[in-house]
Amino acid sequence: MGKLFAVVVTIIALVSAYPIVAHKYAQPEDISTHGHAIDEQLSDTMAEAGFAFLGAQLLLGFFVWKFSNRKPGSKVAHLPGGAKLMVATAFILVGTEVLALGVLGQKAWASVYFTPPKPDALQIQAQAGQFAFYFRYPGADGKFGALHPDKIDEGNGNYFGLDPANDIESRDDIVTGELAIPVNREIELLMHAKDVNHSFYVRELRIQQDFVPGLDLSIHFTATKIGKYEIVCTQLCGLGHYNMKAYLSVLSQEDFDKWMKQKASEQ
Amino acid sequence: MEQASAQPAHVHAPPQTFLRKHVFSLDHKVIGKQYYGLALVAVFTGMVLSWLMRFHLVWPAVKIPGLEFLAKGGAPGGVITPEYYLSLLTMHGTLMVFFVLTNAPFAGFGNYFLPIQIGAEDMAFPRFNMMSFWVTFVAFLVLLLAFFIPDGPPISGWTAYAPLSAIGNDAGPGLGWGQNLWAMSIAIFCIGQLLGSLNFIATTLDLRARGMSLMRMPICTWAWFVTACIGLLAFAVLLPACLLLLLDKLAGTSFFVPAGLVVSDRLQPHAGGSPLLWQHLFWFFGHPEVYIAILPAIGIVSHVLITSMRKPMLSAKVLIYSMMSIGFLSWMVWGHHMFVSGMNPFSSLLFSFPTLTITIPATIITLIWLGSLYGANLRINSASLFALGFVSMFVSGGVSGFFLAQPSIDIYLHATYFVVGHFHMVMGVAAIFGIFSGTYFWFPKMSGRMMNETLGKLHFWITFIGTYCIFMPFHYLGMAGNVRRYSSFVDDFMAPLMPLHKFISIAAFITGGAQLIFLYNLIHSRFRGAPATENPWEGTSLEWSMSSPPPWDNFGGRHPVVYHDPYQYGVKGSKGDYVMQDSAEQPATSS
Repeated sequence: MGKLFAVVVTIIALVSAYPIVAHKYAQPEDISTHGHAIDEQLSDTMAEAGFAFLGAQLLLGFFVWKFSNRKPGSKVAHLPGGAKLMVATAFILVGTEVLALGVLGQKAWASVYFTPPKPDALQIQAQAGQFAFYFRYPGADGKFGALHPDKIDEGNGNYFGLDPANDIESRDDIVTGELAIPVNREIELLMHAKDVNHSFYVRELRIQQDFVPGLDLSIHFTATKIGKYEIVCTQLCGLGHYNMKAYLSVLSQEDFDKWMKQKASEQ
Repeated sequence: MEQASAQPAHVHAPPQTFLRKHVFSLDHKVIGKQYYGLALVAVFTGMVLSWLMRFHLVWPAVKIPGLEFLAKGGAPGGVITPEYYLSLLTMHGTLMVFFVLTNAPFAGFGNYFLPIQIGAEDMAFPRFNMMSFWVTFVAFLVLLLAFFIPDGPPISGWTAYAPLSAIGNDAGPGLGWGQNLWAMSIAIFCIGQLLGSLNFIATTLDLRARGMSLMRMPICTWAWFVTACIGLLAFAVLLPACLLLLLDKLAGTSFFVPAGLVVSDRLQPHAGGSPLLWQHLFWFFGHPEVYIAILPAIGIVSHVLITSMRKPMLSAKVLIYSMMSIGFLSWMVWGHHMFVSGMNPFSSLLFSFPTLTITIPATIITLIWLGSLYGANLRINSASLFALGFVSMFVSGGVSGFFLAQPSIDIYLHATYFVVGHFHMVMGVAAIFGIFSGTYFWFPKMSGRMMNETLGKLHFWITFIGTYCIFMPFHYLGMAGNVRRYSSFVDDFMAPLMPLHKFISIAAFITGGAQLIFLYNLIHSRFRGAPATENPWEGTSLEWSMSSPPPWDNFGGRHPVVYHDPYQYGVKGSKGDYVMQDSAEQPATSS
């Protein structure tokens, strides 16, 4: 039965590797300027992890094939090199891999988090609440009005808790349920949670960031391809979590300006 | 290494009444079996919950007959609601992580075999030991109670992220008393584990028989000892975290809830708290918990493999030091669960490096197993098959850790099925394979009867292939961006992934069903199995030097003296090919 185990482990290893090698379930097309760094890091890691996975599984199968249910009285032997060889292999092989991945990975991470947005980045505020995203553009004055949680009134469309009666800056703010952005322009997304934790995940943008109540964060990105993409919530936020989504429309500058004008007139 | 000189004394009188023998027993062996039994009830409950989830995911509109009676609010007309799906998910995770993966490999087998393997008559504190089990049992009942209250079980996941978990029913069903019961249950569970961990540590340090130096302890004893050290620190953090959560819920404090939250159109009466504080406290426990589940399994599997290979590991010392390094590093990595949580992005790098570094001791352990197989005289039986299956699973689940340890890749893979696949394989399935391996291996000692090998092997093949069919595709789904914790996939994006989901569900039903073979084997063999000899696997450690099952005081009044390292196989001049640890016939060996 040891030989059967060897065969099954080998088949499992090869079948498991197949969809990866064949790119059957690869990540969707990247539409961001930073995404290629993440994708490269992912495929480098896949190569190294795949090597470790196949190597270990095939070796396991091979040894079990060779050394199981031997004739009674068969002498046991010991691996030349012994434990020292194993420890050295682990340190050299995995140690270098780990160090390389760790150091290289920093670059991809840094491109998202350690570089500040350009001064001319378009600021948009995103608010997540059970179970919808809302987006706010600062309007002609370029300034966001202050938020007043006690003034939130979803029935009357005041999702953010603005106070236009007393606050001039909020009067021209544009609030929408869809995130429209111009292509090839850097966006700085100011993230605000209304109630509990949520997350902003756009697969094609290679962006995922939690909304944290009480802690306003910002992320920045540049989309490079016109199209419509899904924004989904990935932080468990309650019974409607599975249905919490919005759309990201990446538009040409021209279309974006038109869209903006139309939304401004609807407010 | 210094040797314990004190002889263990008779720690308690032989039990007389039924209650003392089987219910409120002070005997570590009975308590070990009680923990195992509790884990068995929990694992089947948890598995049924996962079946319901898998069914709902792929046939969301199909009625599940009878469910409307079991869960009136959660499944009107037999169809699971989105919120009940989240309840199932929360209870599945909580049951499996706490009541199965902590209870069986550590508290269950550890209780039974740690004292025996070091030559003690019982644990250092038998009354504490009894209390730790019954406290855990109460925790289990309190958790299950959530199913039967009008509010229903919580929907915040086993991680119970605040503020969702901290603001009550405004945030959704199950978050009032359902969540309170959850927090109470986990707090009580922590008390049980703290008592148990203290007991394990004291027993290992104080009650070793003459000659049982630390380095003469079997590898699994070491694993339980290291696990106890981790548990003592980890549960000591989770306990106050749960108490703070309860205070937020019941006493109006704001540890985890900041000001200005509007939930269900109500401005919440809280100010000053931090949601990230909960995440830090939870994962400070949560990551070491992974090792609390997997280290005992590593120990058990090493023990089983050595006995089956008829040769020692390349180096038991290296294995033990690697387990210690994992235990040590486990305290520096919790932030890798929080790369995209809003934590300072600089700290992500600090958490990433130790996480990647854990790969080194984990690889050393794997290579020691593989290298030791070379030249072995491997006996294939149910126990060794599950041990080999464990090695395979440990590798498969381990390599996906490479990805998730890197913050940049985590941006894409966080909260996808890739993560679900990763932790199910390395923490769930691997640890369960360790439990199965231990069960087939030690059942003869625990019950005095052998398990049926044919059924055991059948159980192995279906489970081994089945779990790969379930959990390997999870990684592909994650690569494609499939988000976890969704009760149904309304996103256009996920529709093309449904065939793979169907495949997983069917594999889950078959693999789960195969566990009934195990249950039948366990119960049938307990009463009808062939009688077991003292040492059916020709092992060397002390548990094989006594009758099966052992007498109430383990060594029948004898004080074992240990002369040898735990794994003396292939020794020239020995009867058979092995020397028992307490055999005085051969010249003593020392480390």
